[in-house]
Amino acid sequence: MAYSDKLLDHFKKPKNVGTLDKAQKNVGTGLVGAPECGDVMRLQIEVDETSGLIKDAKFKTFGCGSAIASSSLATEWLKGKTLDEASSIDNMDIVEELELPPVKIHCSVLAEDAIKSAIKDYKSKNAE
Amino acid sequence: MSDKKLIYLDNNATTPVDPRVVEAMLPYFTEHFGNSASRNHPFGWAAEGAVDKAREQIANLIGADPREIIFTSGATEADNLALKGVAEMYKRKGNHIITLETEHKAVLDTCKTLEKQGCEVTYLKVNRQGLVDLAELEAAIRPTTILVSIMFANNEIGVVQPIKAISDICVKNQVLFMSDATQAVGKIPVNVKELGIHLMAFSAHKMYGPKGVGVLYVSRKGPRVKVTSQIDGGGHERGMRSGTLNVPGIVGMGKACELCAEEMEADAARLSKLRDKLETELMKVEEVVFNGHTEYRMPHMTNLSFKHVEGEGLMMTFNQNIALSSGSACTSASLEPSYVLKALGLGDDLAHSSLRISLGRFTTEEDIDFAIDAIRTGVNHMRELSPIWEMYLEGIDLDSVEWSEH
Repeated sequence: MAYSDKLLDHFKKPKNVGTLDKAQKNVGTGLVGAPECGDVMRLQIEVDETSGLIKDAKFKTFGCGSAIASSSLATEWLKGKTLDEASSIDNMDIVEELELPPVKIHCSVLAEDAIKSAIKDYKSKNAE
Repeated sequence: MSDKKLIYLDNNATTPVDPRVVEAMLPYFTEHFGNSASRNHPFGWAAEGAVDKAREQIANLIGADPREIIFTSGATEADNLALKGVAEMYKRKGNHIITLETEHKAVLDTCKTLEKQGCEVTYLKVNRQGLVDLAELEAAIRPTTILVSIMFANNEIGVVQPIKAISDICVKNQVLFMSDATQAVGKIPVNVKELGIHLMAFSAHKMYGPKGVGVLYVSRKGPRVKVTSQIDGGGHERGMRSGTLNVPGIVGMGKACELCAEEMEADAARLSKLRDKLETELMKVEEVVFNGHTEYRMPHMTNLSFKHVEGEGLMMTFNQNIALSSGSACTSASLEPSYVLKALGLGDDLAHSSLRISLGRFTTEEDIDFAIDAIRTGVNHMRELSPIWEMYLEGIDLDSVEWSEH
């Protein structure tokens, strides 16, 4: 399967690999997928309490090249966004940007799920 | 990986054609290009002579009579001919076939078709190492059983079944025994008479011959077996498989078999040493699982699962330089993880993490050293990206986590 240059770049040099402290109040953690499915993504956001903007995002993924590239791209896009803007990231945006082949579209869906899961976790920790 | 080396370690998928085989084939394209069924002129006679020689070379490799060699387009067609041909020919005796869960799709899909046509098929389970249970096999035989189909060596994990013991059970119960021996012929000794195999499928392109040609061995004596042809049109191959013979391909297959007969023992000894080195070094990596049987297996391959790392991703760290395969869903056309590894009782996660490494005649020790290093580096890199590796290091029991599926 021929991957796009952008995808290969994200795979070879993934952006924002790492771990944030999930105990911190302003960190939201999303963990989606399952080892039996061959795909697990953990995506974390750190929200600036004053501005409400996502100031840092980190990921780790167990999965194929497309899964890793999708989650790496997601962390890049999340930085500097508000939670609402982050929620509106659609999996097809990822598909287009990385030129994912049809059989790999589900990787972008998982990345979108991971974003929403991280936001949900943050919100539940910071409920008014 | 900036090194320009390109290494092939996927010989179970296919093999390069040996240059000596290419040389043997070439005259049959432009010089002796006759149809081997043209009985009335020198072009036909030359082609027929070449085909007869190939039959002898092939029969010699497997301990058969040349008249027992039926040429096909490959092992898949040979499997189809054997299963469907026996089912049709012996339908008055019965309609029950016994096979294994871990057979190649060429056998399994053909069995599914036969089931739709009214046959009954029992798919026996295998144990953790991939071996059939002989008592279960015998217990599965019924008065309506006409065929047992069990592969000689498995293409994914290399396990070699107890062929003679299986044959003894079949003979005792008067059931025909067929074996898809595509991964074994030319690599380890296979003698159909000594082992009591009645039908056997194999292919040239797994033993340094060309793609597009294979053989179904059909026993003529003790027992005399017949199969109903699945391809009609002229009655070639004793009425069992019509169609103009692929003369250059057949010449190639004959030469490939002759070379294997001469070099197989030395190749196997050399490759099993290299395989052992590769396997030993890679199993020193933390959290690696060996899949298959440590004793009853092919000498040139290994199947290992690298926990918490996905196969396609791992391969991408070195696939510009090294060719091999994985049991991961992401590498299969159907997006299903390897059904063979599942049948061993491995969790799907281990199937997704598996690599199949298969050496061949042209593999060097340098290749192996390069591969050991590249795979180890790749595994470490992918583990740095893996959340489940991090969880493992923290001592979290992954089986107890509630994963969210999607």
